[in-house]
Amino acid sequence: MKLPDILLFASGSLRGSRTRTLLMMLAMSIGVAAVVVLTGLGEGARRYVINQFSSLGTNLVIVLPGRTETAGLGPGMLLGQIPRELSLDDAQALLRSRAIGRIAPLTVGSSEISQGALNREVVVLGSTAELLEIRHMSLGQGQFLPAGDVHSSESVCVLGAKIKRELFGQQQAIGARVRLGDRRFRVIGVMASQGESMGFNTDDLVIIPVASAHMLFNTSGLFRILVEAKSRDAIQRAVSDAEQILFQRHNGERDVTVITQDAVLATFDRILRALTLAVGGIAAISLAVAGILIMNVMLIAVSQRVKEIGLLKALGAPAAQIRNLFFAEAILLSGIGSVAGLVLGEIGTRVIAQIYPSLPVAAPWWAVLAAFGTALGTGILFSVWPARRAARLDPVMALARS
Amino acid sequence: MIALSQVSRIFAVGDQQVAALRDIDLNIAAGDYVSIMGPSGSGKSTLLNLIGLLDRPSSGTYRLDGGNVTDLTDEQQARARSEKVGFVFQAFHLVPRLTAAMNIELPLILAGIPAAERKARVAQLLDNYGLADRADHRPDQLSGGQRQRVAIARATSMHPAVLLADEPTGNLDQATGKEVMNLLEQLVAQQVALIVVTHDPAIGGRATRQVRMVDGQIISDTRGSSS
Repeated sequence: MKLPDILLFASGSLRGSRTRTLLMMLAMSIGVAAVVVLTGLGEGARRYVINQFSSLGTNLVIVLPGRTETAGLGPGMLLGQIPRELSLDDAQALLRSRAIGRIAPLTVGSSEISQGALNREVVVLGSTAELLEIRHMSLGQGQFLPAGDVHSSESVCVLGAKIKRELFGQQQAIGARVRLGDRRFRVIGVMASQGESMGFNTDDLVIIPVASAHMLFNTSGLFRILVEAKSRDAIQRAVSDAEQILFQRHNGERDVTVITQDAVLATFDRILRALTLAVGGIAAISLAVAGILIMNVMLIAVSQRVKEIGLLKALGAPAAQIRNLFFAEAILLSGIGSVAGLVLGEIGTRVIAQIYPSLPVAAPWWAVLAAFGTALGTGILFSVWPARRAARLDPVMALARS
Repeated sequence: MIALSQVSRIFAVGDQQVAALRDIDLNIAAGDYVSIMGPSGSGKSTLLNLIGLLDRPSSGTYRLDGGNVTDLTDEQQARARSEKVGFVFQAFHLVPRLTAAMNIELPLILAGIPAAERKARVAQLLDNYGLADRADHRPDQLSGGQRQRVAIARATSMHPAVLLADEPTGNLDQATGKEVMNLLEQLVAQQVALIVVTHDPAIGGRATRQVRMVDGQIISDTRGSSS
């Protein structure tokens, strides 16, 4: 018997009992669709978190003043010293490392902002032109802080979208002046509205040059230095270079902490991937259930078709051929069922993507493949027994039954 | 063509051994027309199944078409069945979901014959048995006589050397039964060995050779037709 004939015959017997076939395919496709949708959701959550992190900037290394150690009280503590602060020159020195591409020093403080009769408290961020690029922020209007000497304290500011709205309403803000503390600043730009990203809301900020912030708050220290490594591979080198440079500049004291966003990201990545696998695994159980259903129905099919099997044997079909026919039926059944499931799953993920546009739902290729493979595998595995049973039927007995 | 010598078939029923056939010696030549008659339980169906290679003798030897087929494997039996034996059953045994043409085609499909040749052979058979206008009808849309004609066409599709008919007229009225017997008898002229198992003396009497069985033994084997 030739393969096309086997498939034709098997599909004929599937069509012969339409309701049964459709129900089995439904079970199979729901199983596959469940795997696709659930892993898609898990993967979506993972990508959402990663996107959130990378919206903070890519290849980011953060330098903070002070060192968190569990070695107990250092001698400096006993003497009443506070950790040495990070200076602007420290930040500039980091650029000596060849692994480091760009840096943005950060100073944070809060101040009162006023324009005309309106005033409110705001968080003021002192930084440089590089901040825009490193933090992947986007500008709504005007321009960002001017590039150039970090020590120049120009009286210009960039407003967050919400601050602009509250102070100016629909009016033009660019070129207007606002008062921050005891200084007047010219508005040169307005940030695009971005909403919250990992706890930092750029809508609610006022950004001024770092030197101006130092003057405004009467400090010289930095809150953070954001460092961008030249590439993903350069991150480790950027960390050790930063530590080394600051170690030298601080007279041989390791009094800064350098963290990478990568390390945090990797942990999240692992957790969420495990979650996706777990959810996918649970969905795969439904595939196994569908497989058992197929076995059950195939066994019923064998006993319903005893006469037909006996006849095929009498007409010269050897046992192996009968087995192949039942196998072909199971493969067709689970194959078509899983393709339908993939389509169903794809529709499901699209619907979810429509409802939650911010969640990048998409089943990973390995999950799609695994779902398809498991469906086909269980279909075949669970048809072994019915197929063998059919093949072993005694034709004389089978034909004698009426 | 068919040579059975000292063939017995013993079934185990519970603890007991029941002999359905005892020491059967039977030779049937190509072109022979044999009827096997006898009461229920006389072993005639068992004999037919043995000849049709659906069963194996417990002892004795069976030679078919010159070769010893006593101890073939399942696979070999199936192959020999496909090539040498055609069956016609009392209950027709057509596959209900297949059309008349597809039922006739079935043995050819199972034997792996190319589609083009199959089509030609099926068309010829449909024509021979007056079923050309019923080709696309399913069995439930056919009369009893038409169903049995489909079954005969199917049984002859592989050009078997032996045609075994088990009560071929059992489910048919007299007129249709006669018609069916005429069709089967035409095959004898083509050197097919036709073996008909029946209760009905009128059907059995048509054969040129009549074998009577009682209790698993042949009690008479007479030549000469009464019709």
